[in-house]
Amino acid sequence: MLKINNLHVKLEEEDKRILKGVDLEVPAGSVHAIMGPNGSGKSTLSYVLSGRDGYEVTEGGATLDGEDLLDMDPEERAAAGLFLAFQYPVEIPGVGNMTFLRTAVNAQRKARGEEEMSAADFLKFIRAKAKELKIDADMLKRPVNVGFSGGEKKRNEILQMAMLEPKMCILDETDSGLDVDAMKLVSEGVNALRNAGRSFLVITHYQRLLDHIKPDVVHIMADGRIVKSGGPELALEVENNGYADILAEMEVEA
Amino acid sequence: MNTAPKKAPALISADARPVSGAWAAEARADAAARLADMGLPTRRDEYWKWTRPDSLISATPDMAEVFDYEGESLVFHAIDRLKIVFVDGVFDADASDELDGEGLEIERLASAAGKDIHWAKDLYGVLETKGQTPVVRPLAAHNTAMATDGVVIRVTGKVSRPVSLIYQHKDANSDAILHNVVRLEEGAKLTLLENGAAAARLSKVTEVDIGPGAEFHHVRAQGRDHDRQAVTHMFTRVDTGAVFKSFTMTVNGKLTRNECIIDIVGDDAIAHVAGAALGDGAAGDFHHDDTVFVTHDAVSCESRQVFKKVLKNGAKGVFQGKILVKPGAQKTDGYQKSQSLLLDDDAQFLAKPELEIYADDVACSHGSTSGAIDEEALFYLRSRGVPTHIATDLLVLAFLADAIEEIEDEAVAAEIIDRLDAWLARRRG
Ligand SMILES: Nc1ncnc2c1ncn2[C@@H]1O[C@H](COP(=O)(O)OP(=O)(O)OP(=O)(O)O)[C@@H](O)[C@H]1O
Ligand SMILES: [Mg+2]
Repeated sequence: MLKINNLHVKLEEEDKRILKGVDLEVPAGSVHAIMGPNGSGKSTLSYVLSGRDGYEVTEGGATLDGEDLLDMDPEERAAAGLFLAFQYPVEIPGVGNMTFLRTAVNAQRKARGEEEMSAADFLKFIRAKAKELKIDADMLKRPVNVGFSGGEKKRNEILQMAMLEPKMCILDETDSGLDVDAMKLVSEGVNALRNAGRSFLVITHYQRLLDHIKPDVVHIMADGRIVKSGGPELALEVENNGYADILAEMEVEA
Repeated sequence: MNTAPKKAPALISADARPVSGAWAAEARADAAARLADMGLPTRRDEYWKWTRPDSLISATPDMAEVFDYEGESLVFHAIDRLKIVFVDGVFDADASDELDGEGLEIERLASAAGKDIHWAKDLYGVLETKGQTPVVRPLAAHNTAMATDGVVIRVTGKVSRPVSLIYQHKDANSDAILHNVVRLEEGAKLTLLENGAAAARLSKVTEVDIGPGAEFHHVRAQGRDHDRQAVTHMFTRVDTGAVFKSFTMTVNGKLTRNECIIDIVGDDAIAHVAGAALGDGAAGDFHHDDTVFVTHDAVSCESRQVFKKVLKNGAKGVFQGKILVKPGAQKTDGYQKSQSLLLDDDAQFLAKPELEIYADDVACSHGSTSGAIDEEALFYLRSRGVPTHIATDLLVLAFLADAIEEIEDEAVAAEIIDRLDAWLARRRG
């Protein structure tokens, strides 16, 4: 599904290298997790994959189902099935959440040559999904993320994911800011979407999320590289011992 | 361009003024004297430093090609309303509805002015005169002296449907001078719609007297003709517990100067004035000026100014807004917001917000900003699959939202949003 090959990225504006050769492959139907110290480049990786401005790829590349991701506009990547749940969801005053979602759903359908969803069907669809995530009608009417609590913003990201039905979902610290019950809800939301054709890349600092969303593979990212990969037990090891041992073992400067 | 001045500051002679009955002849003579006194605006006037008055006071207007709407139905067409049509400033009886309605007395200015006595005497040129201090507005006095037509409306109750003034522009060289007078008696309510360019050059004055507890709603769409020029003045007196709400949409237009002079004279009154102006210099010159003066002369009143401009390709926006709180106007809540969204580096926005406060227990604020599209928001939308142009339009409409919110009637607001959306779609890229 997602293949990242020796990806090197620096900031466009300054001479700062952030990703220094990321290799990663997420097959269809699997869940991979990325953990790693603050500032190691996890969010940068997710932004570069989704096409945010400000970064320059100096080497390597990334493909989604064999298609060159880095060549596409952000909206084309979305239409191709890529979705990023933001670590910091953006507030958009003046744009209603519902309008936003309907525009997004229909834009993607149009890009894929499908028919737009009728207003009535859309309403039914979003109500059902919102209910599963315990998002009340009021939140749908309000401007996108404006005045939402941290946890509400994260649930809103998952609502968008559920509505857009992407095939490659990247979740950047979706668990941070969630209370215990919300974390369960969000995890159930994610698990409900798991299927053979859909993959997840879950960025997190905490093992707890991975109790709910069981990953197939856990990667450790440090200083712009994947330095270690393993099974779910790797997350436990991080939870118990931190990164020092792993980094020492890999001879990477912490 | 013709820059020869009109016949002022010398007194406009009685012969030059439209033939009128006794009361109107007197009002026009007074206005001509006022104008002779103050003189026409010049580029050196502080109040005109950002908008050149030259083409507004030249003897003949610059030619303005008539906009081809290509059969598109005009704004407000789907709204049930009482239609009154002027073509290049001349009343069109065939295209207009019967001039009457429940709770409404309505008459053409040309007819009212021809009579020897008329209730409009108490308002015509009266609110304009009051609005000449502390800042002179010579073009409004000129209008009072010279206006050929318009409507005078007296509202005595709740009117079932809006009165809609449709100003068509069909002659590329027309020069229209229109003057409307509206009086809302105690507890009355009226929605006034206006649309169209009216002429190659339009001078329009509207005087609105809002009685105790009455409500006046005004929504205006200025015509899309690129070369048209307009100077408009709205003078309003807002009495106890009354409501004044005015919203103007302007897209295109070589030169527009909209002045709104609000005088709040009764306690617990509310006055809101808002505007959304969109200009793209690539389609033709665009210069839009909102000049507002709100005077609080009563207790516990609320005023709002919400002006938004979306500018690109050399389009220019001007805002001059003032709130004056007179001594004793305690518990005044005055707020002024003037913002522009510059879609490229070429566009220009000039703003002069002013507060002058002589009471101590008031809450007044103003904010004037000028910025670009929020890149973070744009990326967020695009990452959800929304193409750049649609995402940009969504953000522009979001920027305009709090001005549009000043429109009370949902159907009218929806109509305005549709038109703004369509303009954005046409002017993409
Ligand atoms: N636009 C930018 N300007 C300057 N520095 C940047 C920018 N984007 C990223 N960086 C830097 O790149 C490094 C990687 O940041 P990134 O946000 O990818 O880390 P992260 O692994 O997601 O961290 P966290 O766990 O705290 O979310 C950090 O040192 C960060 O300060
Ligand atoms: Mg991060």
